[in-house]
Amino acid sequence: MNAAEIRALLDEPACPHNAKEKSGCARLAPGSTAGGCAFDGAQIALLPVADVAHVVHGPISCAGNSWDNRGARSSGPALYRIGMTTDLSEIDVTMGRSEKRLFYAIKDAIEKFRPAAVFVYATCVTALIGDDLEAVCKAAASRWGVPVIPIDAAGFYGTKNLGNRLAGEAMLKYVIGTAEPSPPPPHPAGIPTYDVNLIGEYNIAGEFWKVAPLFDELGLRILGRLSGDARFHEIQTMHRARATMVVCAKALLNVARKLQDAHGVPFFEGSFYGIADTSAALRDFARLIGDDDLTRRTEALIAREEAKANAALDPWRARLAGKRALLYTGGVKSWSIVSALQDLGMTVVATGTKKSTAEDKARIQELMGADAKMLDEGSPKLLLSTFHEYHADILIAGGRNLYTALKARIPFLDINQEREFGYAGYDGMAELAKQLALSMESPMWEAVRKPAPWASPVRRMVRS
Amino acid sequence: MSASVKPLSVSPLKTSQPLGAALAFLGLERAMPLLHGSQGCTAFGKTFLVRHFREPIPLQTTAMEQVSTIMGADANVVEALRAICDKNRPAVVGLATTGLSETQGVDIHRAVREFRDAHPEFADVAVVAVNTPDFVGCLETGFAAAVEAIVENLVPVRGRSATPARRVNVLASAMLTPGDVEAIREWVEAFGLEATVLPDLGDSLDGHLIAEEFSPLTVGGTSCAEIAAMGDAMATLVVGASLERAADKLKARTGVPDYRFAGLMGLEACDAFTDTLARISGQAVPRRVERWRDQLRDAMVDSHFMLGFAPIALAGDPDWLAMFAPFLRGMGADITAAVSPVRADHIADTLAEFTVGDLEDLERLAVERGAELIVASSHAVESAQRLGLPLLRAGFPQYDRLGGHARRWVGYRGSRQALFDIANLLLAKNHDAKPYRSLYWRDTPRANEAGAAAQAAAAR
Repeated sequence: MNAAEIRALLDEPACPHNAKEKSGCARLAPGSTAGGCAFDGAQIALLPVADVAHVVHGPISCAGNSWDNRGARSSGPALYRIGMTTDLSEIDVTMGRSEKRLFYAIKDAIEKFRPAAVFVYATCVTALIGDDLEAVCKAAASRWGVPVIPIDAAGFYGTKNLGNRLAGEAMLKYVIGTAEPSPPPPHPAGIPTYDVNLIGEYNIAGEFWKVAPLFDELGLRILGRLSGDARFHEIQTMHRARATMVVCAKALLNVARKLQDAHGVPFFEGSFYGIADTSAALRDFARLIGDDDLTRRTEALIAREEAKANAALDPWRARLAGKRALLYTGGVKSWSIVSALQDLGMTVVATGTKKSTAEDKARIQELMGADAKMLDEGSPKLLLSTFHEYHADILIAGGRNLYTALKARIPFLDINQEREFGYAGYDGMAELAKQLALSMESPMWEAVRKPAPWASPVRRMVRS
Repeated sequence: MSASVKPLSVSPLKTSQPLGAALAFLGLERAMPLLHGSQGCTAFGKTFLVRHFREPIPLQTTAMEQVSTIMGADANVVEALRAICDKNRPAVVGLATTGLSETQGVDIHRAVREFRDAHPEFADVAVVAVNTPDFVGCLETGFAAAVEAIVENLVPVRGRSATPARRVNVLASAMLTPGDVEAIREWVEAFGLEATVLPDLGDSLDGHLIAEEFSPLTVGGTSCAEIAAMGDAMATLVVGASLERAADKLKARTGVPDYRFAGLMGLEACDAFTDTLARISGQAVPRRVERWRDQLRDAMVDSHFMLGFAPIALAGDPDWLAMFAPFLRGMGADITAAVSPVRADHIADTLAEFTVGDLEDLERLAVERGAELIVASSHAVESAQRLGLPLLRAGFPQYDRLGGHARRWVGYRGSRQALFDIANLLLAKNHDAKPYRSLYWRDTPRANEAGAAAQAAAAR
C-alpha cells in the first residue's frame, strides 16, 4: 500500500476529526502508546465474519498472539475462530518464498475448510519484503474458484483506527456489490420488508441477539453487517440496503459514506447502549426509510419495550442510585454509556475522550454538564488518581485496564470487546446493571482492603 | 432451618455414624477399627472407604449373626478383640457400635471390661469404645464421638504442664481431607511449632507407598504416646464445630488453652488462624505465609466477577457447610440451597437457611432457585447431569475421580484453588448467549448452517 493511498484514507470527510488541526488520526507517541496497530484494527473489523477463512500472512507473532481472543459470537459457523497463518520462517523471508507459501496456504485453507471466502491479512514483515498480496490472492482465487480478498493493513501503516478503515476499504473494493440479495420471504405479519445494514456492530458476547428480534418484528431485514455474526455473502449485498446504521464507530464511516455516495444508501450514527439510544436508533431507521406505517409501528414497539425495560431496571435503580462511575472508553461509547449510566441513576464523574471527536465532546457536555471532567489519556496512574479524587465507586473501561483496577482493589466493569457479557438493547441494560451491582456490592472488597489482623501498629510494637 | 418432610429418602446424602467413627480411628497409628454389628456393616463401610481413598482400609467386624443378635453378642466383642490383638497386635482398637448392636441393647463398655478381665495378656492394647448407632447423626457426628472417646480413653487427667513443648494440638474434624491436614501441619510448622493432629488422616490416609507389601493395621496416624502427651502442648487448635465436646473434654483433662475455628477457608478464617499461630508462637508471620495471603486476595479480586451473585447449591455435613457457605458468601455468591443430612445447631447460627434433607431435596431446590453450580459428593453426579449443571466434588464419597482425598481446601492456597475452580466451572457454563435466528433466514443458506463441529468433520 503506498503512502498516498493511506493519506487519502486518513482524509474522511464524514468524520468530524477531519476538522481538527491534527487532521485524521493522531500520530503515535513512541514509548507511551498502548493502542493496537493497523493489523489489529483490520482484524477487529473483519474477523467476526464467521464463514471466512482468515489467513494471516506473516511470521507467528501477529496471528499467534491474537487468534481467538475476541468476544464476537456467531450463530452458525465457527470458522472465524480457527487461527490460520503462514507462520513464515527465516528461510521464507530471506529466500523470497513467502508468496509461494501463501499461495499454498490459501489452497490448504480452501480444501480443508471449504470457506465462503478467504481473507488474507498482510503483516509488517510481508509488507516490508514487498510480497504482492493482491497478485497472489487473485491467482489463488482464479485457481481454486473461491473469493480470496487481500487485506493490506500491515501494523506499521498506523493505528488500529486506520486498520479498521483499511479493512472497510477492502470490503468496498473487493466484496460489496459483487452479489445481489435474494428477495426477502414474505413477513408473517404481512408488513413490508426493508433491508438495512449495520456497520461497526460486532455481536460481542452475543449482545446483538437481544436486539435482533426487534428488527424482525419491524420488518427490517439485516442485509449485511460489518461484521458481527456476518456471512461473506451478506457483505457482498450491502449496496442494496435502504439504510445503514454506523454503530459506535467512527473508523468505518468511510464504508457508510461510500455506500451513500456510490449506491445512494443513507446512513446515521447511533448506539444500542442504553434505553434512550436504542429507541433513537430504531427511530432513525424509520426516519431514513420514510414509511409512515413503519414509523407508527416503531413508536408502538419503543413504548412497549421501554416500559418493559424500565420495569426490569427499577430494582437495580434503587441499588445503583447515587453511585459514582469513572468511565474510560473510546469514541462514541464515551457518551452513549454516559447516558446509559445516568439512566440507572448513577453519576458519571469523568469520562475518557482520547478517541472522541469534538462532536462527541459536545454530547458529553450536554449530558454531564459544562464542567464535565474529560480524560484525554488513560494511563493507570491518571485513572486511579481521578478515581480517588472524584470518589468514584466503580471504574468502567476496557479489558486492558481491568487488572489496573483490581490490583488497586476497586470495582470494575469491562466494556470492550473481550468482555463476557452483552449489554446492548433494552434487555442488555438489566445485564449492565447487574454486572455493575455485582462488582460494587461484592463483600470481597472490604475483606481484601482490610489490613491483616497482625499488621496493626499496636501489635507490631508489642511484638518488637 | 427447614426439614424435608417425606417418608422416603431419595438419593441419600447421609453417611452413617459408624463409618465416621471408623474414619476417625483410621487416623490413629497402628489402629484397627472394629464395628460391632453384622458383617455387612463393615463390608459396605470398607468398600465405601476403599473407593474414596483408593487405599486398603483396615476394618473389622464382630460378625453378629442370628443367635448372638438374640442371645447377646458380648462374646462376639470379646472374641473379636482377642482375635485382632492376637493376630495383629495393634496399638489401639477403635470399637464402634452400629444400629444393630445398639438396638439389641449392648453395653459396649461392659463388653470391653469383660475382654480386659478375660485377656490380661493384651493389656497393652488400647481399646476405645464409642456408641455410634446409625439411626442418629451422620458421618461427622460419628467421627466427633470417636474423637471424644479417644480423648477420654487416651489422654490422662492432669494439670497444665509448667514447661510446655513448642507444640500445639490440632483437633481435626471430619470435613478435613488428608490434604487439608497436611496443609494445616505445614501452616503450624511455618511458625516454628510442631503439631499433634488428632486424628491425623494426613499421615495415614494421604496415599503413599510403603516398604512393606502389606499392613493389616493403619500405617501412620497419631500415636498413642503423642495423644498421651497432648497435655504438654502450648495450645489446642480446634477446627470444626462438631468437635466442641471433644475439645471441652481435652481442655478439662489437660488444662491446655484452646482456640476454636469453624473453618479455615476464606481470608478472614485463614487470618484468624494465622494470627492465633503468631500469638501462640510469639513469632512474626513468615513471609511465605504473607505471600500466600496476598495470592488469595488477588484471586478473590479476580474471581469476584464470576462468583458474584452466582447461585450455588451445596450439600454436605454441617461442619463443611459452616465452612463452605460463608466462604462463598464472602465472595458475593448466593447460596440458593444448603442441604445437610442432619439437624445441627452450630450451622443454624451461620446458615439461617439450610435444609435437612437428601440429594433429591438438593436437586429440587437447585431447580426452584435457579442454581448454576452444585457442590457436593460424587453421589450428586446424576443430579447435576439431570439439571445440566456443573458439579464441584467435595465431601464423602468421591469415587468417580482420583485425588478427592488429597485435595487441599483449607488455608490461603486451598481457598485460592477453590476460587479458581469454582470460577472456571461458572465461566464454562455461562459462556455463550443463545443465538437468535432471524425469520428472514428461512429458505436461505443461513437456515441450516453447520456449526463448528460439523465443519471440523467436513474438514477431515
